[in-house]
Amino acid sequence: MNPYVGLVSSLRAAWLTGKTRAAEHRVSQLEALRRFLDEKKQPILDAMASDMRKPPFEVELSEIIMVKNEVNYALNNLSNWMKDEGVDKNLVTQLDTAFIRKEPYGVVLIIGPWNYPLQLILVPLVGAIAAGNCVIIKPSEISSSTEKLLAETLPSYLDKDCFAVVTGGPAEMTQLLENKFDYIFFTGSPQVGKIVMAAAAKHLTPLTLELGGKNPCYVADESDLQNVASRLVWGRCLNAGQTCVAPDYVLCSAETQEKLLPALRHAITQFFGPEPRESPDFARIISDKQFQRIRALLGSGRVAIGGQTDERERYIAPTVLADVQPSDPAMQEEIFGPVLPIVTVPNVDEAIAFINRQERPLAMYVFASDSKLVRRVLERTSSGGFGANDTIMQMTLISLPFGGIGNSGLGLYHGKFSFDTFSHHRACLLRSMGLETINALRYPPYSERKKGLVLSTFGIKRKGTCTLL
Amino acid sequence: MEPRRQQQEVVARAGAAFRSGRSRPLGFRLRQLRALERLVKEREAEIAAALHADLHKSECNAYSYEILGVLGEIALMVDKLPTWAAPQSVPKNIMTLTDEVYIHHEPLGVVLVIGAWNYPFVLIMQPLIGAIAAGNAVVIKPSEISANTAKLVAELIPQYLDKDLYPVINGGVTETTELLKERFDHIFYTGSSQVGKIVMEAAAKHLTPVTLELGGKSPCYIDKDCNLDIAARRVAWGKYLNCGQTCIAPDYILCDQSIQNKVVETIKKTLKEFHGEDIKKSPDYERIVNKHHFKRLVTLLEGQKIAYGGETDEATCFIAPTILTDVSPESKIMKEEIFGPLLPIVTVKSADEAIEFINQREKPLALYLFSNDKKLIKRMISETSSGGVTANDVIMHYTLLDLPFGGVGNSGMGNYHGRHSFETFSHRRSCLIKSLAMESVNKIRYPPNSQRKLDWAKFFFLKRFNKGRLGLIALALLGAILAAVIKVAYS
Repeated sequence: MNPYVGLVSSLRAAWLTGKTRAAEHRVSQLEALRRFLDEKKQPILDAMASDMRKPPFEVELSEIIMVKNEVNYALNNLSNWMKDEGVDKNLVTQLDTAFIRKEPYGVVLIIGPWNYPLQLILVPLVGAIAAGNCVIIKPSEISSSTEKLLAETLPSYLDKDCFAVVTGGPAEMTQLLENKFDYIFFTGSPQVGKIVMAAAAKHLTPLTLELGGKNPCYVADESDLQNVASRLVWGRCLNAGQTCVAPDYVLCSAETQEKLLPALRHAITQFFGPEPRESPDFARIISDKQFQRIRALLGSGRVAIGGQTDERERYIAPTVLADVQPSDPAMQEEIFGPVLPIVTVPNVDEAIAFINRQERPLAMYVFASDSKLVRRVLERTSSGGFGANDTIMQMTLISLPFGGIGNSGLGLYHGKFSFDTFSHHRACLLRSMGLETINALRYPPYSERKKGLVLSTFGIKRKGTCTLL
Repeated sequence: MEPRRQQQEVVARAGAAFRSGRSRPLGFRLRQLRALERLVKEREAEIAAALHADLHKSECNAYSYEILGVLGEIALMVDKLPTWAAPQSVPKNIMTLTDEVYIHHEPLGVVLVIGAWNYPFVLIMQPLIGAIAAGNAVVIKPSEISANTAKLVAELIPQYLDKDLYPVINGGVTETTELLKERFDHIFYTGSSQVGKIVMEAAAKHLTPVTLELGGKSPCYIDKDCNLDIAARRVAWGKYLNCGQTCIAPDYILCDQSIQNKVVETIKKTLKEFHGEDIKKSPDYERIVNKHHFKRLVTLLEGQKIAYGGETDEATCFIAPTILTDVSPESKIMKEEIFGPLLPIVTVKSADEAIEFINQREKPLALYLFSNDKKLIKRMISETSSGGVTANDVIMHYTLLDLPFGGVGNSGMGNYHGRHSFETFSHRRSCLIKSLAMESVNKIRYPPNSQRKLDWAKFFFLKRFNKGRLGLIALALLGAILAAVIKVAYS
């Protein structure tokens, strides 16, 4: 007997009472979430420090504030989002009321990853609550301290009938996925994404998959590379490289590689001092398994900067690998660590061709002062999101949708896109019982005369939609 | 050549054609859409003939319900595409004030469109129009059950559209199963929930997003307080259209026992007006698509109280418009989507009972309700779920291209028509274009970190609750001042 049947049924029963639909309930839950973030700030900082030695600065900015922003944005805009959306009508429906209703799906499952264990489970939760759903959240067991914190403290803030936290590993997740949900939101690897989608298919459950890939970063031949280096190092080393939108590898000319290396070295020293292991601002790798996986990639190309590791601390120094070949191990998988391989290409067209031979990534970056070159890369490639002359920042703007394409995912969220993702957009047409004579045009028997009338009333004109049906 | 290999080659060619980039420019897309329009206008007679051969559809019905819809969709797309395809600016924050921030609509790649047999022309064309408008290559797989239309589509499309980008692949279940093993960038499927699961499972292997337009039993509640003459007339029209083979046909009626007879009588009267005394002779009444479905429908009649109709003729796949009264919710006809001209009436004592009845079942593609009571209509809509709703009529929400057309739960996922088609077949790529200069503002996010830096960073990043919107100018001024201050503090 599936251990989660009872939990899912009770949430479904709560859903059927309709209480999560009311605007007041949604607002109260969002406000409770905000209180959780304020009151539990220290436990959150402690849990993240324990899980991956995430610097408090990063926890505040990339975890707590990201969620708070979403909560406040939702609270500010909820009544607008919940309104019925009016639409254009045609000739026959001129006197009718036509609108799109945004309705909750029902019972939603949100599965979170370990790298931003708070943000990547609570930001979707904000959207699901704002849209009026009941939610089961399943944080990652790998970031075990944060998982424990969420399981033990979050439920006391939220309505226990409508929201639950489930803990466990792959076995538990498999069993959870056997149940029927009305929407599934998954953040994690493409491999597991396929498993989640196959499980969803059995119940025809719609879903959003936020996956990953190798995010390429093309650096054009620029005279001054210091700003490029700073932004690259910041993006690569945030959370010790364990960021789904981090620049994964650099593509540039051999000349630029030579100029880039000292600039990167300078930026690393500026940020972390001569011995990054002693910097309080640099995180650690989450687990032994991940540590060993990343360490094995260090044989690719040559270690131009860094390369030091410490197994006890799961420390990997900010590292740059130069002259990496496309066939090297570092180019076969998403790195997800503070290691930046540089692959040299003769020019931007070769870079574009290289990028297009790989799976489509979650993010793509170009550093160039020539806006035409930036445009060219944008228009001849495909990726979830795109950033020119910076890394990561495109996913911090709440007005931009965040999501992947192809192997990096399907669907998107953040801000209003979250609300829309967790809502069913129901088309509604309210007609009157009168004006039956107009309807008569559609009824049999059809005669030549009627068809002529129909055709002239329909009259498909190019400008404007003059369709009767 | 072995069929599977042939298919693989066709799909590969479409992929290569897409990667050449020629389907992306706006001009190209508009030219293809106009060519499609020419196809429909020039070959209207052949299209109508194929539809007649497949479903005994009259020329007028073919025009009204298939061709007109396609022309309307093309006209809308051609008109709006330049606007929809343009980069969409979005609001910025202090950190990105001087940057370019927008959403770039892009094609997904190679889209697979699988059609259905009941409206075999429009259900292939309408998704195709959206996919072309969004800049994709499209592999078109019409339903083999409506064989004449499938054959015609395969002949006509290459005569008007780019041959490599928009291939037509015909075949049955085996061929479709093989085709689904290929990797596509989006799959658009119209058909049954059962097959929908198979399509989604195949898509999961490649992480391919899907739009599934499925079906279900669309309930039709008729309140005691309504104009029964008009309600019955509209229901009769919608139910027996295309011989009941419409995914959004009112599947069954829920009404009070006291009005059941009147409903039956009015529908009877209406049908005589529509089709004359001998409906078999009416050129406007279709036939069941094939023997398999004919036999399926005849089985549903077993044990039912036939209030009207019931005549069948296997040789011509004819089933008369039929009404069944006092139908039991447990009977076979209430367990599957009817998709035929059989209209069961299930009696309920109240609107609440109707709501409960509807909610105990899978979410349908459409919900219909007839009532003079506006409050009741509002309540029934908010207490149920369905793909779409038309109140005081049937079918019509499908015709408004601005409304998203799609299901929920067992009746499907995703939607299309008009702008929604364009969005369905596009990727919304977020773009943030910064300059290489202006490094000072960035410095607050770089290590080494300090409490002071954190306080500044929070000021820039934290969205406050309920603060009034700062004027953009004030914001810019503030941003400039702060940037200068930080430059001094951290340079």
